[in-house]
Amino acid sequence: MISSIRDEGAQEMRARSELTARELMREVGAVLRMSEAEAAKLGDMPEDPDEDQTMIINMGPQHPSTHGVLRLMLELQGETVLRCKPIIGYLHTGMEKTGEQLTFMQGGTNVTRMDYLSPLNNELVFSMATEQLLGIDGDIPERAVWMRMLLSELNRMSSHLLFMATNGMDLGAVSMMIYGWREREEVLRFFQKVTGLRMNHNFIRPGGVAADLPPGWRDDVLRLLDLIPERLDEYDVLMTGQPIWRERLQGVGVITPGEALALGATGPILRSTGVAWDLRRDLPYLHYDQVDFDVIVGSYGDAFDRYAIRLNEIRESMKIVRQILDVMPMGDYRIQNKKVTPPPRARIDESMEALIHHFKIFTEGFKVPEGEVYVGIESPRGEVGCYIASDGSPTPYRMHVRAPSFVNVQCLPHMMRGGLVADAVAVISSVDPVLGEVDR
Amino acid sequence: MSDTEHDTTDAAGDMDAPPVDIHGCPVSDSRGQVVVHPDRDRYVDVVKALADEGYAMCVDLTAVDYLEYVNRPLPPGVAPERFEVVANLLDITNRRRIRLRVQVPADDAVVPTLFDVHPGTEAMEREVYDMFGIEFSGHPDPSRILMPEDWIGHPLRKDYEVGQIPVQFKGANS
Repeated sequence: MISSIRDEGAQEMRARSELTARELMREVGAVLRMSEAEAAKLGDMPEDPDEDQTMIINMGPQHPSTHGVLRLMLELQGETVLRCKPIIGYLHTGMEKTGEQLTFMQGGTNVTRMDYLSPLNNELVFSMATEQLLGIDGDIPERAVWMRMLLSELNRMSSHLLFMATNGMDLGAVSMMIYGWREREEVLRFFQKVTGLRMNHNFIRPGGVAADLPPGWRDDVLRLLDLIPERLDEYDVLMTGQPIWRERLQGVGVITPGEALALGATGPILRSTGVAWDLRRDLPYLHYDQVDFDVIVGSYGDAFDRYAIRLNEIRESMKIVRQILDVMPMGDYRIQNKKVTPPPRARIDESMEALIHHFKIFTEGFKVPEGEVYVGIESPRGEVGCYIASDGSPTPYRMHVRAPSFVNVQCLPHMMRGGLVADAVAVISSVDPVLGEVDR
Repeated sequence: MSDTEHDTTDAAGDMDAPPVDIHGCPVSDSRGQVVVHPDRDRYVDVVKALADEGYAMCVDLTAVDYLEYVNRPLPPGVAPERFEVVANLLDITNRRRIRLRVQVPADDAVVPTLFDVHPGTEAMEREVYDMFGIEFSGHPDPSRILMPEDWIGHPLRKDYEVGQIPVQFKGANS
């Protein structure tokens, strides 16, 4: 019996006979549209399988297609997935608790490791929340704002390129894996030149960014913009038009707009259902209201739509990057506010006060006024939000990150229900969860 | 801000001023963001009423343990308790956000679940239960989500110690 070999008790999927109607209602996804009485009726439908004809198996946590350590418990009848329950927490390292120990100055190093595929977006949302608490969010220099936009759009490209790679690999287009990683590496090479690191940059900081753009950055970006469109066209030849690719993705993992909204799904999952919701356009932050781009929307809510949305979002991001190149102003890259900005390196050598100031800012941090604030921005995976409550000290009293993948993973049972176990891989891949951010 | 659609008892007609109360609950303004402070009994009703007004999505639900920070700014009529459950709602039609902060006492840390209004809060409420020990009555799956099932304690509480591993530096004289 399944109950005797359980090792984690209540977190796991229960055998069908042990379920209450309400739990079943949640697990089969009927919760969104049915009353409890209706769901109870559903529980003893004639086609409801006997328990000895179904099998509960684990997929993950050590499974190459679960993008890390996601574990899914699947109840199968033959090849058909009847129920699915994601079990998470294998990568939990208490980053929100750590965030309460680090100062606002150090916090960037923590949040950047959550969604490790879009670190700059995580730093951005943390910095924006801190700036709102400090009341300096309107005073960030123009160059810093445009640099933040440039980096976060390039980051969206690198993240979606990685999705292209993993999605291709999960569905058997193994050569796609190499191509996707190759293009992503081009973007990361630019990040390395700007921030010094390929990932986990801690580059966007409260008050601006850590350093100015290096000489020659414009040529590097232009080279990227020349290179990647051709490669995307190659992806189209390799995948988009291929009948096998379409057969694997079309109609798989369908989710309706109502379900997506009710489950709190954001980003490409929500947009694939036809809801044109993109925080960059709808609740603009930085200078997204000054650039021209399209919000890519699907219509069927299936895995193919989510693939196509991400592919075309790379193109839209390139469009934004081109416009940023045209308007990138000269000037300061961080706010000249003695409270949050360390003095420039050259001043430290000649001024005792500057040295003390530098020392104090990096050891004690800066005090942030009392208050609490929630800021949400559009990361490649959806809305990444940061809720900070400050008690007036240099460390956040509470720092919470609303991770898009954590919420999006809840869609998996609804997308997988009634599908084939072979499609489960396609569905996980199309949700594109980053487990570092799911578990934090 | 497009908060003017709320029933506001503010008769001044000042468009910029936030409404004094939303569905009978005190309202405060936090750095330009609207925050509603319903009590526990009215919490689900307020969320339901807001959902009818267009706040169709609960993007985030979390909690704060105010054990060491009792005298925080709260609007008049709201008594501080140890825990606060914080829910962020989003209205995608009118493009606005609203936040709810519910006071939860430490000796009776139970809050009604939002699951029936916004099913997407299921995992978030499990996370809050796991991290803070706040129970959500009526939740379909009240189990831990991030920590192991047999874990003792709730890590994000302020009286929960931070574990540390001493760092050893090579070559340092000790």
